[in-house]
Amino acid sequence: MQQFVNTLINGASLGSIYSLMALAMILVWRSTRVVNFAQAGQAVLSTYVGLEIHRITHSYPLTLIIAIIFGALFGALVDLLLVRPLMHRVGDGPIAAVAPVIVTLGLLSAIQGFVGLIWGGEYRSFPAALSQNGFKVGLTRIPFSPFDLFILFTTLLVMLAFAYIFQRSGLGLAMRAAAFEPEVARLAGVRVARVRTIGWAFAGGAGALAGALITPTTLLAPNSLDLLLVFGFTAAVLGGLESLVGGVVGGFLLGIGLALVVTYLGSSFTFITAFVVLIAVLLLRPRGLIGQRSVRNA
Amino acid sequence: MLSIVGLTTDHGHVRALENVSFEVPAGSLTAVIGANGAGKTTLLRTLTGLTKPTSGSAHWHSHDLLSLSTEEGVRHGVAHVPEGRSVVSELTVAENLQLGALWRGKDPDVQIAREEVLSLFPRLRERLSQRADTLSGGERQMLAIARALIARPDLLLLDEPSLGLAPLVVEQIFQTLDRLRKQTGLTVVLVEQNAISALEIADNAVLLSLGKIVISGSASLIAQDTELRHAYLGY
Amino acid sequence: MRERFALNWLRIPSGMRRALLLVLVGWGLLLISDRISEFRVYQGASVATYFVAIVSIVLLTGYSGQVSLGHGALLAIGGYSAALVMQNLHWPFWIAFFAAVFVAALVGALLGVAAARLSGPYLAGTTLAFAVGLPSLANQFSFLGGEQGLPFDIGVAPSRFGENFSPYKWLFWISALFALFAVWLAANLLRGRYGRIWRAVRSDETAAALSGVNVARSKVLAFTVSAGFAGLAGALLCATVSLVTPGGFPLSLSFAILTGAVIGGVRSLVGAVIGAFTLVILPMVADAIAQGASDAVSTNLPAVLTGVLLIATIVISPGGIAESLSHLGRKIALRRQKRI
Repeated sequence: MQQFVNTLINGASLGSIYSLMALAMILVWRSTRVVNFAQAGQAVLSTYVGLEIHRITHSYPLTLIIAIIFGALFGALVDLLLVRPLMHRVGDGPIAAVAPVIVTLGLLSAIQGFVGLIWGGEYRSFPAALSQNGFKVGLTRIPFSPFDLFILFTTLLVMLAFAYIFQRSGLGLAMRAAAFEPEVARLAGVRVARVRTIGWAFAGGAGALAGALITPTTLLAPNSLDLLLVFGFTAAVLGGLESLVGGVVGGFLLGIGLALVVTYLGSSFTFITAFVVLIAVLLLRPRGLIGQRSVRNA
Repeated sequence: MLSIVGLTTDHGHVRALENVSFEVPAGSLTAVIGANGAGKTTLLRTLTGLTKPTSGSAHWHSHDLLSLSTEEGVRHGVAHVPEGRSVVSELTVAENLQLGALWRGKDPDVQIAREEVLSLFPRLRERLSQRADTLSGGERQMLAIARALIARPDLLLLDEPSLGLAPLVVEQIFQTLDRLRKQTGLTVVLVEQNAISALEIADNAVLLSLGKIVISGSASLIAQDTELRHAYLGY
Repeated sequence: MRERFALNWLRIPSGMRRALLLVLVGWGLLLISDRISEFRVYQGASVATYFVAIVSIVLLTGYSGQVSLGHGALLAIGGYSAALVMQNLHWPFWIAFFAAVFVAALVGALLGVAAARLSGPYLAGTTLAFAVGLPSLANQFSFLGGEQGLPFDIGVAPSRFGENFSPYKWLFWISALFALFAVWLAANLLRGRYGRIWRAVRSDETAAALSGVNVARSKVLAFTVSAGFAGLAGALLCATVSLVTPGGFPLSLSFAILTGAVIGGVRSLVGAVIGAFTLVILPMVADAIAQGASDAVSTNLPAVLTGVLLIATIVISPGGIAESLSHLGRKIALRRQKRI
């Protein structure tokens, strides 16, 4: 029983990070209809930037905040300099359908190469906010640490902030309208292109936070966040790729599910499980586990 | 005054509008009528920047409409309600209304405009917290018009508001429109296939066929021209 | 006009003509391999390997309109299958190569069944997940050799080829032979019934379905065939390094293959040749640029160049180099006609 509970809370802390990544991918997908595979690269880059900040200032809060701000700015730049002109150019060219995907891949490759070029390929450790040693319950140490608690707390805070922005603020209303009906939004006076860039910035920030939170456990290398990208995408698909709430639920489900698999079947089954779940959901419930009434085609 | 001069728009190799010129005096209602594919929708889309024109010019007072982006046009008082009851289905009625006035920020007049619009379409008030996709076709059309009006435009471009609606609902919408412009001095360009209803409330009319103007002038004169009616309007 | 006359004069059926052309090309390649340095011969083998891999993308993306970001995983399956067959059954390498094709095609068929129901971004994400996860799986099974992997030995050339027939040349001959066989197969396939069906499905699924094409089946078939080519490429890739390891199929390999296809022109076999050369030349260019710089620069510069080239191609010329060349050719021909 104790082991089961440990697994659950551990899975929740991992799952919250997947949720963040899922949120990032959903934000971009909703606003631009592009699955941004470069998200892993953007997150790695901002995490390295965070590492530099930590080397200079030795301040964790500063590290985290600057990494997030950098991630957001970089996300906005990707949209402004790459995606927006591309959408204008490609139109209905010979490979219009796959062009955005290929461009985000190109960006991923370029960023990872660039990161390796500057910081080298070896694994580096990244600071954690709090101790990563588990809490003591009675005499035993459980695999749930103060840092895990910090992760849960931070991601929940971010999600609440997102929920507030999207449901209560004018900006959120504009973002939702621009995502669902860009033309109607424009006719209502919403500057859709600008709103879209803000969406990319939010996504970049969320991805940066996800990177900074998972890296103390996984170590940092140019491609160390590839797996996070895959799990984030899986979580997003679990939630239907369209709804932010869905992505969060998908992330927690995936995190807890994978933690259970690791505890009871062994870690060699993590990936197979994730992959099977991904394919099964896509084939059986393409609208995600949390079914939505309207599904839009790409 | 809205003045359009030599407007030409191409869709690929198809010429959708050819050398269209006409004027809409401020405060008047002009009906643009014609069969399917006459270029009526293209005309409105070109005026609000959703479609790029090939040549020509269009001015609303001193604003060069063709150089404004869609979202800037709204901020210069030009509202466009495209065909197909354009509301955001995923948002509530209240949110759709809020969306229309978002760019006006915290202007206290927004609340007043909202009240006015809701009293114009009282049925929307009952459904404020419902999602827009739960509304009937007529209610959606009302919401789309209300969303445009809440921005207090001085020029309203309406595309086929009657499409697919029951005659009674159409009647209601047209009456509201007529009342509205008489009260506020709003200038309206009404695109309609339903020529009879449109000509009834219009001051002037423009008859389009295959992208060209067949005739433009007083609505009542065109309505009386039996030959035109038979040839282009089918009644 | 003159060319048409020449071909008519030969009066050879087109299928035979293609085969003849390939034999000529092969003969040329073999002659060349005698006259260049060992290193260039080795690079030639790499070009042949990449070529087969890119052809597999051309079939899938260029003709059937499906995206795969995970072809590296299919290469891995081919490589491991061939290695297992050679190690455990002690069959000769060329049978092992066919085993690689067969097993990869089988996995491809399974993937294809799933893929046929997925649209753009979903398919991209799923295949990406496949590419990220599959190689790490190999770590966990002892019969796959774990981190160290398995040996992959295609042996040396038979003694009748002469004393100074180097292992590299042997490798090159094998790769070139398989690549020529692959291109012959692909060209026939694309010009045949299935090529037509794939093109129809790619340009308009609904229209194709209405005219009686089984869309899902055509997509699954495309994925299967493409995976078969990928399996062959995997076996060839392992032959060039005499080893198959989980680390030999990183995500960057999948991206490199896709890059080669896009840069060359995702709809043309000629483009695949250009793409394959690009992939081999790119690291050399990077090396030249990074001369004297640190290790980090020289190992990572190719990835940067790959990414930038990929983006630049999509933005500047989405049809790839092959399409740009044929546009250029047409323009020149037109100008010449005008002058006459």
